[in-house]
Amino acid sequence: MCKTAWTHRWSLLLLILLALPGSGAMADTALDQAEERVEELDQDDDEAIEDQLAAVEERDLAPGTAEVLSRLATADRRELQAAMEDIAGLQDADALPTLFALQDRRLYYTEDGTLIIENPQDGSLREATTGRERADLSSGDLAQPRLTNVVRRTLRPTIGALQIFSDDPQARLAAADELAERPRPEMRDAITEALERETAAETDRLLNIALAQLDLDSDDDARRLEAVQIIAEVRANRLRSDLEALTRMDDDGNYLEPVAEIREAAAAGVEAIDRRARFAGFASDFVYGMSMGSVLLLAAMGLAIVFGLMGVINMAHGELLMVGAYTTFMTQSLFALFAPQWFQYYLIAAVPLAFVVTAGVGILMERGVIRFLYNRPLETLLATWGISLILIQSVRWMFGAQNVAVASPPWFSGSVQIMQGVTLSTSRVGVILFAIFVVALVWFLMNRTRLGLEVRAVMQNRDMAAALGVPAKRVDMWTFAVGAGVAGLGGVALSQIVNVGPEMGQNYIVDSFMVVVLGGVGNLLGPVFSALGIGVTTKFLEPATGAVLATILVFAAIILFIQWRPQGIFALKGRSADD
Amino acid sequence: MHSEQPKTALVRATAGSALALGLLAAGNAQADDPIKVGILHSLSGTMAISETSLRDVALMTIEDINEQGGLLGRELEPVVMDPGSDWPTYAEQAREMIEREEVDVIFGSWTSVSREAVLPVLEELNGLMFYPVQYEGEESSRNIFYTGAAPNQQTLPAVEYLMSEEGGGAERFYLLGTDYVFPRTTNRIVRAYLNAHGIGDEDIEEVYTPFGHDDFQTIVDDIGSFADGGPTAVINTVNGDANVAFYQELANQGIDPIDVPVLATSVGEEELRGMDTDLLAGHLAAWNYFMSIDTPENEQFTERWFEYVEENDLSGGSDRVTNDPMEATHMGIRMWAQAVLQAGTTDVDAVRQAVYGQCVDSPSGFEVCMDEENHHLHKPVIIGEIEPDGQFFPVWETDDVVRAEPWSEYVEGNENRTANWRYPWVCGDCEEPTYDLGF
Repeated sequence: MCKTAWTHRWSLLLLILLALPGSGAMADTALDQAEERVEELDQDDDEAIEDQLAAVEERDLAPGTAEVLSRLATADRRELQAAMEDIAGLQDADALPTLFALQDRRLYYTEDGTLIIENPQDGSLREATTGRERADLSSGDLAQPRLTNVVRRTLRPTIGALQIFSDDPQARLAAADELAERPRPEMRDAITEALERETAAETDRLLNIALAQLDLDSDDDARRLEAVQIIAEVRANRLRSDLEALTRMDDDGNYLEPVAEIREAAAAGVEAIDRRARFAGFASDFVYGMSMGSVLLLAAMGLAIVFGLMGVINMAHGELLMVGAYTTFMTQSLFALFAPQWFQYYLIAAVPLAFVVTAGVGILMERGVIRFLYNRPLETLLATWGISLILIQSVRWMFGAQNVAVASPPWFSGSVQIMQGVTLSTSRVGVILFAIFVVALVWFLMNRTRLGLEVRAVMQNRDMAAALGVPAKRVDMWTFAVGAGVAGLGGVALSQIVNVGPEMGQNYIVDSFMVVVLGGVGNLLGPVFSALGIGVTTKFLEPATGAVLATILVFAAIILFIQWRPQGIFALKGRSADD
Repeated sequence: MHSEQPKTALVRATAGSALALGLLAAGNAQADDPIKVGILHSLSGTMAISETSLRDVALMTIEDINEQGGLLGRELEPVVMDPGSDWPTYAEQAREMIEREEVDVIFGSWTSVSREAVLPVLEELNGLMFYPVQYEGEESSRNIFYTGAAPNQQTLPAVEYLMSEEGGGAERFYLLGTDYVFPRTTNRIVRAYLNAHGIGDEDIEEVYTPFGHDDFQTIVDDIGSFADGGPTAVINTVNGDANVAFYQELANQGIDPIDVPVLATSVGEEELRGMDTDLLAGHLAAWNYFMSIDTPENEQFTERWFEYVEENDLSGGSDRVTNDPMEATHMGIRMWAQAVLQAGTTDVDAVRQAVYGQCVDSPSGFEVCMDEENHHLHKPVIIGEIEPDGQFFPVWETDDVVRAEPWSEYVEGNENRTANWRYPWVCGDCEEPTYDLGF
């Protein structure tokens, strides 16, 4: 990579930053490209599984299959549904590529009713029933069978019923999973037959679960009992009501289920499901609470320095978060424009950039306004509030009032199943890890660097520190800059989970002050405890009280706590503690 | 005394002709003056996202009318104000528009609370406003024409659809909304409707979030467990950009629309612009218009819209969309213009009478008419599924337009409440006629 290219890029970057007011349109196109890139990457995973199925070879289908398949060439969703039910009955795996094409919206049809499949890799078109390539057609001119919910509701089990006889064990597993999820009575024969052939243990288990759900209505007592036992063992919430129905009595006081043994097994199953659900509920409340707490912590960490350590009531703190989030957006746009091949790593670059940009804004604020107002809290409050309005309006002017879309890179989207019933999105897991990183970073800055030492010295006794040669004013500036920079890091994290818009900071200003005040002004451990505490408490209250009341109760609890212990959870000696 | 008479007559005649001349002069001046049309939508603050395009489409429609030569030989002059998403400011600016700017009509407002702020001003000064957004009903003012949907023109048909086999045969309903008047009233009506259709309270869950809520983990988790109890549908009245977080969380926790369809009443094409719509495909929305509707009227409307966007270089450019409230604004202005032509004046009382029964061809392909009595439009109801490209595919629509019921029969105490602005009722909320001459 030659040097001139780099200077070229940097000058372009500068140019763009200078031309920000007009950059809305540029950012838009950049974003489009970015989104396309993300979509491409997203598809990679799915393709690996479906590659073999997506490929349409040149071969003739059985005449019966071809005939039923060609009924898919319709705009009428009821005909489409009927055609799929017939396809499921065929048990011919050759129909699968066409069904996958329908599922991925790659299936088209010509005016004379010929089904056409689009190859997902190169976009080439082939006839579904013969596999002949049709270079004379273009997908833009062809009609598509509409993939509505009605259609998908039949399509998914149909694919499952055909795929269960596939030679590929992975495909069979996926099919069994689908069948266990949505078993349909007409698929009983297929499931029974597949069970006889199946060799893989997990697939076998799933098929048994599917069959058990169908067997709950069986006339055979032994099969019903076995079905109940299998379902009780799975302990899936979804099946609880089926089991519970077996333990109920009808209006005349007779049990709906005549056999006592089956009733007992069902009752035990319901209890097992409830036990697991209680545990999962507890675990999920805790996990969601930690997740919410880490978001609060990231939002408040910058303020913990600016307000907590320096005692500056910074009403523009929310807007520093916003600046951080918009820096992430700009980084994303720049990557899409200049380095699309590295696009998925833009987030990593956004972290230092956001720190630097918001720290820069912080320095401007400190030098321009705040340094004249130290020890005058009321004026600081009003002045920073004014700054926040200026920042909001500037961003609105530069980027528009609409929210901007910050796409999560593919390695940051999706979700992680922590346990059955507790799923956390990857971005939220990332935010928890990032919160740990930021806390560590701030701890390191404060306790292991010269700046940190000076900050602590100035905080504890400003005059004494100054007398010993610490440049107190410069330390003020750098402390404020670090606080702002950390807020910028919070902005990067927020951009991944909430909407990025000019007013986004307003949502966090109250929460941030709450965290810092509750945690105790003047130290960094306090906010960690208070943020996580608020998060977990809110999430434990929410299922019982609803989100609105939970927020109110937590607020009320904090007010009472502050009455009882004004210094917060932790209190260290500091400049603000002296006042 | 007698001799005085001719003199008096002369004075009378002079005065009379002077008056006539004066009237003529006034008439002349009026013919040259433009007709002022107020546009009262927030262009800044939280509502700017939604309301800006209503301002744009209103200006477009006014431009169209002016190109045809205006109304009654007079140009239309838009008076645009920005209440900045601050409800009391809506009232102040409405007053300023009517008293100082002397506008003949106002097109504006979005949230119910802003409409309720403007209402007393309109009633006090006898102004006229067209309100273009679906809302919770429970209102009918003499000074407002409601061109958006009442609950029976949006939510209730949607609930019926979700209960049908095609809609997934829902037996349990999760009602999720932002905590303010529209979701609360709508959900009260939905609950009463469900109760009346055999769904008990144990199968209905009602949950509210604060404004701007962005952590839907617990709620979506709860939806998941609620749905384990049987076929479930979610009626989503969450407002604004909080929907982004909600739908993202739905996708994260793997809630599939074929198992648990989520039907939104406040998510349209404009809101979807900011979302990753791949995740949302298959979820539903109920409106009276979709941009994707395939009719010649809609083609004309959308083509004109994109032409206007390009001519005026509006931000967003070709990414802009049309949506239901825009269509309602467009129809409202055309309806008002027709009424002015019919009345031959812009006088509020005359125009109001002329609006009754006024019909326009809507882009939805239906001829929609203003009700003769209750100030609400008759509208078709359309349910659309979200497509991966951020548009809606209409999966169900009513055979004909539906008459609005501003006082829903499903709200307790509404049994005898009537909105009827014709003699002898002449009221928006009464249980018996205001006038009774006894013959």
